[in-house]
Amino acid sequence: MKTSDLLEESYSALTANKARSGLTILGIVIGIGSVIALVSIGAGAQQSIETNIQSIGSNLILVSPGSQRSFGGGPNAGQGSAQTLTQEDADAIQKEITMAKAVAPELSRRYQVAAKGENTNTQIVGTTKNYAEVRKVTMDTGSFITDSQVKSYMKVAVLGPSARDDLFGSSTNAIGETIRINKINFKVIGIARAKGGSGFTNQDDMIFVPISAAQQFLAGAGYVSSISIEAESAQSMNAIQAQISNLLLERHHIANPQLADFRVLNQSDIVSAASSVTDIFTMLLASIAGISLIVGGIGIMNMMLTTVTERTREIGLRKAIGATNSSINSQFLTEAILLTFIGGLVGIVFGWLLSLVATNFTGISGKISVSSVLLAFGVSAAIGLIFGYYPARRAARLNPIDALRFE
Amino acid sequence: MIECKHLYKSYDNNGVVTEVLKDINFTIKNGEFVAIMGPSGSGKSTLMHILGALDVPTKGEYLLDGSEVARLTDDELASIRNSKIGFVFQAFNLLPRATVLRNVALPLVYAGIGKAEREKIARESLLSAGLEEERFNHLSNQLSGGQMQRVAIARSLVNNPALLLADEPTGNLDSKTGDVVLATFRELNAKGRTIVLITHEQYVANHADRIILIKDGRILSDKSNGNKLI
Ligand SMILES: Nc1ncnc2c1ncn2[C@@H]1O[C@H](COP(=O)(O)OP(=O)(O)O)[C@@H](O)[C@H]1O
Ligand SMILES: [Mg+2]
Repeated sequence: MKTSDLLEESYSALTANKARSGLTILGIVIGIGSVIALVSIGAGAQQSIETNIQSIGSNLILVSPGSQRSFGGGPNAGQGSAQTLTQEDADAIQKEITMAKAVAPELSRRYQVAAKGENTNTQIVGTTKNYAEVRKVTMDTGSFITDSQVKSYMKVAVLGPSARDDLFGSSTNAIGETIRINKINFKVIGIARAKGGSGFTNQDDMIFVPISAAQQFLAGAGYVSSISIEAESAQSMNAIQAQISNLLLERHHIANPQLADFRVLNQSDIVSAASSVTDIFTMLLASIAGISLIVGGIGIMNMMLTTVTERTREIGLRKAIGATNSSINSQFLTEAILLTFIGGLVGIVFGWLLSLVATNFTGISGKISVSSVLLAFGVSAAIGLIFGYYPARRAARLNPIDALRFE
Repeated sequence: MIECKHLYKSYDNNGVVTEVLKDINFTIKNGEFVAIMGPSGSGKSTLMHILGALDVPTKGEYLLDGSEVARLTDDELASIRNSKIGFVFQAFNLLPRATVLRNVALPLVYAGIGKAEREKIARESLLSAGLEEERFNHLSNQLSGGQMQRVAIARSLVNNPALLLADEPTGNLDSKTGDVVLATFRELNAKGRTIVLITHEQYVANHADRIILIKDGRILSDKSNGNKLI
């Protein structure tokens, strides 16, 4: 029996019962489609997190407060909300960690901001001149915060492009205008250039003010919410991290590093922590989708077994006119594989559409890789083989006489 | 071409053994037109399945063109059925939802013949079985009983087999269309084809040259037909 004839026989058998074949294919479409979509969304999320973290800066070390862990219970304050880092800590790091290229403390919090009747809620970042270098903030117009503005508690503000758009509209040059942060007037002195980061943390929707002004007029306290340190090179990161830890432990009078009330992270720690979270998420989603693929495969098997029973007389006849066991076997296997193959093909398109929809809603651009498409094809063909094997073998082994007598 | 020597066939269903064929002996030469006649349940279909290489006897020898069928593998049996034997069944056994041409060409698919050639041979075979050309592209389940049996006959002839086995071919037809089918067999036999016609009706058997009478799995008589109809 020729391959073209095998395909033709299988195709016409499948089209003989279009509704049933279609529903069986649908099972595979949903399975393959959701695997493709979820894997692509996972990969997209990972990519977007990584670019977000990379766009924060390079060779970056981040010191953030942590609640002091105590033995013997007592509720721990939430991570990051603690006020264990002070301006003095930041000054000490600046002074004593000589290997650091630049140190930028910040005090960030969300406030209501108003200008000319427009109102928005955004992240206010109190910081110093160094922040622009460490966090790769470049200016569109005007200038960033200077050391003298920090020294003199000046109420000036640099707007991120999104914050500017929200308050003044995108066409206005807002320099010289006044904004009210938490009912206190600040003068706009610069507009930062868009970083283009999207997704979870929008780095364009921020307003920068001198850290001294933020502490004095907004927070009313001298603490900092994090300190960013830029290392000279990737090689010096570990040494700097260790030096900072030692310095802060000493300053906070903590002997046991296990009990530190702060955390020192470097950028690659953050990237790998974030990727491992998205990895686990992707795996979880993909395995749920994988289960639906198995359910689809069982659907194929169910349909093929029904088909074999229904077509027992046909099988008997085919054998009577000269079909060998292997040609019967091939025919039923081809039918199963054809079902999963079509299902896989449509499923890839379906998955692609799903990831487009997801992109629309979440802003994460799904990434459909060639490998995931090939994998989907391979998996769907394998499902056809595995779940078609038993029904096909059953058909091939039918005794022609029993099959002919079958009513 | 057919030689049965002390054929026995029994079925074993969970230890209950039924002897269906007992000590069957006969020879059919090339070009003969033989009817195997007997009441229902006498073992005619069982015998035909053995003659058609669909089944093997439990005991005894069945020789087809001198080779013993019981010794052949499944694939060799399939190839013999494909090239040497044509079957016509009482229930026609056509593929539903397939065209007449596809049904008739099906044995050629298993013979590995190309598509264009298949269609040509199938058309010739259908014409010689007496089906009108405008029906060739109809679906098989849109035909009348008589037309279906013509398609089945065309299919049985498409591989140009030496032996035609027909199991109650007129059983599902009215007497007029039945007569036409029997006349077709007579013509085919006149052109040299060996035909074994299985029936429980004396009237149908009377169309053959020789009648083998079978009852309860035994041959009662085997003689040439004195009351030949056509
Ligand atoms: N697979 C089987 N198992 C047991 N008995 C069978 C089987 N096939 C046929 N028979 C029995 O063999 C006898 C002959 O059957 P069959 O050859 O079909 O008779 P006929 O075609 O002459 O009507 C019947 O009694 C039938 O019940
Ligand atoms: Mg019978």
